[in-house]
Amino acid sequence: MKKSIVSVLFVAFAMLGSVNIAHAAGDAVKPPKMEWSFSGPFGTYDKAALQRGFLVFKSVCASCHSMKRIAFRNLEALGYSEGQIKAIAAEYTVMDGPDDEGEMFERAARPSDMFPSPFANDAAAKYANNGALPPDLSLITKARVGGADYLHAILTGYEDAPEHVHLMPGQYYNKYMSGGVIAMPTPLIDDQVMYEDGSPTTVDQYASDVSHFLNWAAEPELEVRKRMGIKVIIFLTIFAFVMYGVKRKIWSDLH
Amino acid sequence: MAGGQREKFKNPAVEWIDSRLPVFTLMQKEYGVFPTPKNFNYFWNFGAIAMFMLVTMIVTGITLAMQYTADTALAFDATERIMRDVNYGWLIRYIHMNGASFFFIAVYTHIFRGMYYGSYKQPRELLWILGVVIFLLMMATAFMGYVLPWGQMSYWGATVITNLFSAIPIVGDDIVTLLWGGFSVDNPTLKRFFALHYLLPFVICAVVFLHVWALHVTGSNNPSGVEAKGKQDTLPFHPYYTMKDTFGLVVFITIYAAFVFFLPNALGHPDNYIPANPLVTPAHIVPEWYFLPFYAILRAITFDIGIPFTDIVFIEAKLGGVLAMFGAIVMLLIMPWLDTHPVRSARYRPQFKKLLLVFVFGVFVLGYAGSQPADRVYWQTCIGSEAACAVDDHHGEVAHAAPAGEDHAAEEKAPMVLKVDNTMLAQFFTVYYFLFFLVLLPLLSRKEVALPIPESIHQAVLDKKAAKAADSK
Amino acid sequence: MSADTAKTKSTQEPTRREFLNLTGAAFGAVGTAAVVWPFVSSLNPAADTLAMSSTEVDLSPIEKGQSITVMWRGKPVFIRHRTEAEIEDARSVDMAVLRDKQDDKDRAQKPEWLVMVGVCTHLGCVPLGQKETESKGDFGGWFCPCHGSHYDTSGRIRKGPAPKNLAVPEYEFLSDTTVKIG
Repeated sequence: MKKSIVSVLFVAFAMLGSVNIAHAAGDAVKPPKMEWSFSGPFGTYDKAALQRGFLVFKSVCASCHSMKRIAFRNLEALGYSEGQIKAIAAEYTVMDGPDDEGEMFERAARPSDMFPSPFANDAAAKYANNGALPPDLSLITKARVGGADYLHAILTGYEDAPEHVHLMPGQYYNKYMSGGVIAMPTPLIDDQVMYEDGSPTTVDQYASDVSHFLNWAAEPELEVRKRMGIKVIIFLTIFAFVMYGVKRKIWSDLH
Repeated sequence: MAGGQREKFKNPAVEWIDSRLPVFTLMQKEYGVFPTPKNFNYFWNFGAIAMFMLVTMIVTGITLAMQYTADTALAFDATERIMRDVNYGWLIRYIHMNGASFFFIAVYTHIFRGMYYGSYKQPRELLWILGVVIFLLMMATAFMGYVLPWGQMSYWGATVITNLFSAIPIVGDDIVTLLWGGFSVDNPTLKRFFALHYLLPFVICAVVFLHVWALHVTGSNNPSGVEAKGKQDTLPFHPYYTMKDTFGLVVFITIYAAFVFFLPNALGHPDNYIPANPLVTPAHIVPEWYFLPFYAILRAITFDIGIPFTDIVFIEAKLGGVLAMFGAIVMLLIMPWLDTHPVRSARYRPQFKKLLLVFVFGVFVLGYAGSQPADRVYWQTCIGSEAACAVDDHHGEVAHAAPAGEDHAAEEKAPMVLKVDNTMLAQFFTVYYFLFFLVLLPLLSRKEVALPIPESIHQAVLDKKAAKAADSK
Repeated sequence: MSADTAKTKSTQEPTRREFLNLTGAAFGAVGTAAVVWPFVSSLNPAADTLAMSSTEVDLSPIEKGQSITVMWRGKPVFIRHRTEAEIEDARSVDMAVLRDKQDDKDRAQKPEWLVMVGVCTHLGCVPLGQKETESKGDFGGWFCPCHGSHYDTSGRIRKGPAPKNLAVPEYEFLSDTTVKIG
C-alpha cells in the first residue's frame, strides 16, 4: 500500500511541478536563466553591481519610472556612507508643507524621504507616455514571473518586429514581453552611462546591473533572510535527529 | 469532568490549584495517560501539526494586525511597510503567508488519513463532521486573508469569488451587493474581510476544541481500523506520542522553514505584488493552490442543466458550477453515510483502496486543471483533411482567449478534429469525484468482500512484525 | 519527560536516554526563545519611525517673550525665546529649594533659547504656559492643569506632584536661527 500511495503522490507532484512552467510559457519567449550573485541559499548582493545599477536607474529609468517604496536612507545597503546618502538625497527636491502660512513648499530631500516620482500621479504619467503607465519599479522583480531574469531579458530583448506583427505608433517589439508588443522604447544603448569602476558600458552590463539593483529594491531583506535561513535549517535538522533519537529510545522498550 | 476521584499531586502548588480547579488532573487524563492505540503510523502526526499551524497563524496574524491598515488606500503600503521597515516584519509576514499553505498541507493530509483508514465511520461521524466544519472555516479565513494585502490577485480573487453568490436565483445580485457593502469590491469589503479574518480563527479554535473533545470520547482510530480492546492495544499518550509528534512536527517545520527563508513567494502569485487596480484584470486569475481542485470543479460546469433537446433549463451553468463546488464539500460531510461498509481501514479493503487512490489522483489532476487556462488543449488529432486541422491549429495559437462561441463555430466547420482540452479534463475528474462518493462508495458498502481483519490491534502489530521478519529472510 | 514510565533493562541505558531527553528539551527551549525574539522586536520602533526621529526648526520668527510648540517623535516640544528677566529669574534661584537640582546653564545651550519636552513628568499631561493668556503657575513658567505642578522659567519643578524638571531633549544649533532636535 505504501508503494501505491508513493507512486500516486509522485505522479501528482510531478504534474504540479509543471504548473509554473506552463504558466510562464504563454506566448512570450521564456527569459534565459542568468547567474546572479544573490540566487541560491547562500546568495548575497554584489555592492558594486548595486551601485552601478542604481546609477543606471537614476540616469535612465527614473525619467519615467517611479520607485516610491524606497527611501534614500535605504541606500545604506548599497555601501554608501551617511554623508554620501545625504548628498544623493540633496540632489532631489521634494514637496513639503504646509508651512505656517499654509503654503506647500519645495525643499531638498533628506535621507528619510522616499524617492520622488517623475510624475505627479498615474494620470499624468499615462498622459506623458502615450497612454501607457510606466510601472513603479520598487517591487518589479517580485511582480513578474522570472524576476530579475525577466527584467534583464526585457531590457536586452528589443528586436525588429517579425512580419506578422503590426505595430502601432509608440509600440515596439520585444520577444520576451507577453504578446510581443511593448510600449517602452528601447531604454538602453551602449556607452549611455559612464561607469567609474571600469566595468563594460554595454547594454547587457547595464541590464544586468539595473536588474540586480531592482531585485534589491524588491527584496532588501534577502541577505538577512538567507543567512538566518541557513542557521534555522541547521538548527532544525539537528533538532529533528535528536527528537528521532528520543522517540526511538522511548519506543525501544516496547519491542 | 474529573469527578470526585482525584489523585493527589506531590507538588504543593500544583495540588493547591488542582484541588480547586482540576486542570492538572484533566491534562494528566487527556494528554498524559490517555490510552492511545499503539500502532499509529506517521500519518497520525498531522493532527498535532495542524494544531501547531493554527497557533502559528494566530500568533503571527495578531502581530501583523498590529501593523496593518485595512483601507484600500493604505493596505498595500502597510503591507510593504511591514516587509521593509518593521523589525523582522518580512519574517513574520512570510511565516504567515506560507503558513496558510502549510496549514492546508497538514489538513489535507489529515483528511486523507481519515478517509484511508475510515476514521469517519461510526462512532466517529460527528468528529469527522466537526473536522469538515473546521476545513470550511479555514477556507473562508484563507480566502479573506488573501484579500488583505490588496494586490491584483487579492482584488480580482475577491471579485470573482463574491460574484459566485450572484448565481443564486432571484436574490443573487442583492446578496453580492450585501457582501460588498457597495457596488464593487471596495473599502467596505476590505474592512469587513479584515474583521472576519481576525474573528474566524477563534471560531476555528472553538470547533477544534469540540473536535478534540469528540476525539477523546471515542478514542482514536488506528491503521488497522480495529477498536482498542484493552491495555495490550494501547499506550499512554505521553511520552510515546508526545515525543513522536514532536519529532514529526520538527521535520514538518524544517520543510516549512525552507520555504519561508528560501522560497517565500514560490506558492504565491507575482501579480499580488502589483497594487489592486479595478480597471485592469490580470491575464490569468488563479486562486491559491489549496483552492485549485474546487476551482476546477466550478469551471467544469460549462453547460446548462435542463431537459435535453428543449429550451427548458433548470440550472444555469453558472449556478451549476457553484452548486458543484459546494457539493464537493457536502460529499465530505455525508461521507459517513455513503460508506457504510463494516470494515474501516483501506488495508483490508483492496477495492476501496484502489478507488480511493484514483480519487486522490483525480483531486491532484483537478488541482492541475484549476491552474491552467480553461481553453488549453492537451491533445488533438484530425481525421480527414489535414488542412482543416491546420487552420484550427493556427486559430488556437493566435487567439488564445477566444470566446467559447467562436471555438464552437470553428469546430462545426471542421468536425473531424478530436481534442482534449482543460475543461474536458476537469469535467472527467469532476464526474469521478461525485461518482466516487455517490455511486462507488454505496456500491462497495454492499458488495465489497474485505480481507480478514486482525482480532485486535495487538495482533495486527504482531502480524506486521512476522511479515517483516519473513520479508528479511 | 522522565524515565519513570520506562522499564529499563541495563544500567547504561537510562543515562543515554536522559542525555537525549535533556538535549531534546534544550533544543526545544532554545528554539522557542529564538522564535519569541522577532515577535517582541517587531513591536519596537520600525526603521521608518527611527528615520523620522529628528526635526529641524527655524527660530527666526519667534520674538522675545514668545513660545512655539513643535512636534517631535509624537510629543510637543516647547521652544521659548526668553526675556532677560526670565533668564535672570531662572539663574538666581537658590539650588537648595529645587526638587530636581539642575543649573539653568545646563538646561539651555544659549540662555535666550529654552528647548524642552512639553510633557509633565508627573503623569504625562501637557503643561499650560505657552500662550500669553494661559496660566504660567506660581513661578512664571508653566503650570500643569492635571494635578497642579508648577514649573519655573527654566522648566524646573517647583511645586506640585511632578518629580522631575521638564526634560531637555538632545538638540544642536545648526546656525544662529536653526535648531535640530534629536
